[in-house]
Amino acid sequence: MGQGQTIRLEDVCVSFGDRQILKGINLVFPAGETSVVIGPSGCGKSTVLRLVSGLLQPTSGRVWVGDVDITRLTRQEMKAYRQGLGFLFQAGALFDSMTVAENVAFSLTEHLRLSQDELDRIVNEKLAIVDLPGLGHLYPANLSGGMQKRVSLARAIARDPSLILYDEPTTGLDPITSTVIESLIVRLTRDTRATSIVVTHQHSTIYCGDRITMLYQGQVVGTGTPDDMRQTQVPLIRNFLDGRVTTDLTGA
Amino acid sequence: MAVIRALESVGVRSVSGLERLGSLVLLSGRALGALASGQVHGRNTVSQLAFVGAESFPIAALIALTVGMVFTLQIANEFIRYGATSAIGGVVAIALARELAPIMISVVIAGRVGSAIAAELGSMKVTEQIDALEAFAVDPVRYLVVPRLIACIVMVPLLVGVGNMIGLLGGYWVATSMKGISSQMFLDSIQSFLVPMDVFKGMFKAALFGAAIALIGCHQGLNAKKGAQGVGAATTNAVVYAMVTIFILNYVLSMGLFGGTAK
Repeated sequence: MGQGQTIRLEDVCVSFGDRQILKGINLVFPAGETSVVIGPSGCGKSTVLRLVSGLLQPTSGRVWVGDVDITRLTRQEMKAYRQGLGFLFQAGALFDSMTVAENVAFSLTEHLRLSQDELDRIVNEKLAIVDLPGLGHLYPANLSGGMQKRVSLARAIARDPSLILYDEPTTGLDPITSTVIESLIVRLTRDTRATSIVVTHQHSTIYCGDRITMLYQGQVVGTGTPDDMRQTQVPLIRNFLDGRVTTDLTGA
Repeated sequence: MAVIRALESVGVRSVSGLERLGSLVLLSGRALGALASGQVHGRNTVSQLAFVGAESFPIAALIALTVGMVFTLQIANEFIRYGATSAIGGVVAIALARELAPIMISVVIAGRVGSAIAAELGSMKVTEQIDALEAFAVDPVRYLVVPRLIACIVMVPLLVGVGNMIGLLGGYWVATSMKGISSQMFLDSIQSFLVPMDVFKGMFKAALFGAAIALIGCHQGLNAKKGAQGVGAATTNAVVYAMVTIFILNYVLSMGLFGGTAK
């Protein structure tokens, strides 16, 4: 497992038909840091994750991971790139026909030839990290929402990836479970030196990052450290962070 | 204005239909390409072979039995009336091998397996499990589609082959027990009329029907729209489109394989 690399979106536009999701954005996610992307629903946050993971191609622009433009990768190269990536999906996206242990071991089973003992060791280690030891035999349907998210996180980190993507990791969870997930995100980035990108609109999760970027209507409207954002007087950002109920975040 | 709107609607639907057909062709190409290059997920293929073959056998056997019995019931009286009793066994055998077994069993498989494929893949699609596969560098076509394609191409013809025999048994029972035809006459008739190529051609048709069931089911599932309604629509469409395809394909294949054949 290597240290995470810097991720850079360069003049990226994404459109679906007449709908423009991202409008020529430029973003940098520094290597080895946790970057948080915030914004109201529909502003393009999850689209950023899909671009970085290669699940979506931009309409125009480039996506750089280190020195590699991933928009130009062949299918085989993309497959190799994704093996260094971990993705925590918004609803967990656990494979419901598999047990917890099989889910966590999925990437290991599909891509590596490991003995059953080695697989069990890694699965138990990852489940211990997310504080769910001994649940490998259960199926996702037997778990609560918070437990499913944690299993999904264990699956995402099974191969010690250098890039971890979190799509709304605490949405729908109770405050205690949210705090657990947020602590795990911070700890994982610190311990693994992976590059982490967290997309969220949950206020409690916003400040778990080293850097925060806000998107609004497909454009970057501000970026800075958590302290910068706490002190900002930009109406758009201020209204969002303060959770002010308004139809116009711009404050006009 | 109304006419223009109507024409626009027809145009939009036509384009949309062509897009969907094109998307199905692309998926089929990717699946067949993966199959040809040996990109087969062994474990999933084995479990799909069991699901399509072993678990479908009881219903396929029941269908074949009842079809054989009903067909014999329907033609026996007419054949006896016109003094063609000695042809009953052979006609039943040919009808089963060439048309009845491939069609009826494939339609049942389309309902059972096609719907299950679309529902499973549709549920995976709307819960981001397909995206998760791709994010973990696993090709959904290799992991999900190819195993189902192999299972249907292999198992549907085998079910039809066994169905031929079960259908003939049913026809034999009706002919000998209910219509008073001698068992020797029935069996001699089969030997006179039925050639092995009839059976193989029927099984060949079944293999193509199986491929259609798998590819249409997978295509509908992988393109399911969000929500229960989307998955439900995908499941229904998978069955309907597969059945329509089977019937159209059957006519084309029968023309090519049996058209103009006279013994």
